[in-house]
Amino acid sequence: METFKSLLVILITAILTQNFILNKFLGICPFLGVSKKLDSSVGMSVAVIFVMLMSTAVTWPIQTYLLDPYNLGYLQTVIFILIIAALVQLIEIILKKYIPALHQALGVYLPLITTNCAVLGVTILNITEGYGFWESMVNSLGAGLGFMLAMVLFSGVRSRAESDQIPSCFKGMPITLIAASIVAVAFMGFNGVVDGLFK
Amino acid sequence: MKQSNWKVLLNGIIKENPVLILVLGTCPTLALTSLAVNAVGMGIAATLVLLCSNMAISLLKNIIPDKVRIPCYIVLIAGFVTIVGFLVQAYAPSIYDALGLYLPLIVVNCIILGRAEMFANKNTVLASACDAIGMGLGFTLALLVMGSIREILGAGTWFGIQIIPESVTPMSIMTQPPGGFFVFGVLIALVNFILARKGKKRKVSGCGGCPSAEHCAKASEGGC
Repeated sequence: METFKSLLVILITAILTQNFILNKFLGICPFLGVSKKLDSSVGMSVAVIFVMLMSTAVTWPIQTYLLDPYNLGYLQTVIFILIIAALVQLIEIILKKYIPALHQALGVYLPLITTNCAVLGVTILNITEGYGFWESMVNSLGAGLGFMLAMVLFSGVRSRAESDQIPSCFKGMPITLIAASIVAVAFMGFNGVVDGLFK
Repeated sequence: MKQSNWKVLLNGIIKENPVLILVLGTCPTLALTSLAVNAVGMGIAATLVLLCSNMAISLLKNIIPDKVRIPCYIVLIAGFVTIVGFLVQAYAPSIYDALGLYLPLIVVNCIILGRAEMFANKNTVLASACDAIGMGLGFTLALLVMGSIREILGAGTWFGIQIIPESVTPMSIMTQPPGGFFVFGVLIALVNFILARKGKKRKVSGCGGCPSAEHCAKASEGGC
């Protein structure tokens, strides 16, 4: 029960209070670039969750059983980015061959994910936070779900902002950022939620 | 220094400022500008990586096969990021702690990969070095401006020195995440306003300078 509770705390913290986009500013590029429509927001987020889970499942054992015992911790950045890049390619090939329907749905988003700082960020964060394997997996799932929540919420905000009358110099990127700021204020309201629920 | 190299250097600082004009590298811009000193630390670290990677890639441009160039660049950049990480850890441990997770994430900063792809693999070593210094300075300056605004408004200090008297309560939200989005949005709007006044148009809109812009556009159309 105790482990279940601690996993739940990690999950909810990652989704709400430490939201990757709105609190840690990771994955801002796809957030600004892809969140224009609801279906592309969902597609991108599903692809991100998928890759985050897969890369955590690979990088955590490599860090724990290969880099740490042989004092190779300094290779972390190089190894992790290579693993993620190779993994994304591999997933793309496998999906294309065996699950073409899924490949059609997620294919366009996969090349974007290699250079997405949210994926590299979550794998490194799992190590620096000292999480165990399942805690890391839950943290990655939470980070991905938080990413999805922000993207989906924001696609609605954006479609409204784009049809409204605003000063011309605020059109496009600036109004998007200011709207993101207001959404981030809303997410700050979750700060006490985890403490209130579990402690 | 030749005239054209000088031009390349200045180009990065103002005319094609990577943060305010090209809107690249938004993640560190937003995350590390709550204090001016962190902003400068990030700027210098990224400039060093950019300088090394631009020069190395321009030296190796004839050796790296075209098909696998992006993975090659990423490995090169990751190597330099590791080196710079060690330097920061050894000589500026307080900055190292403040940058934290964002230091290894310089690898995926699109300014660095973007300049490799758009400039270094087509130009000479000297020109690439100038481009890197210009872009790096432009990045650092933009971060410094953002960091100064947020620190002065949000904490009443600048580089730790009290600017606004302590009797005035600072708007602490400016140093928190929402303030980052807000200040960045207003700054870009300001740049748009100045450009419109001068009768110029933004050369590349949004993520046009990003190496994955093409995929991004495909994805946002709903592709499938």
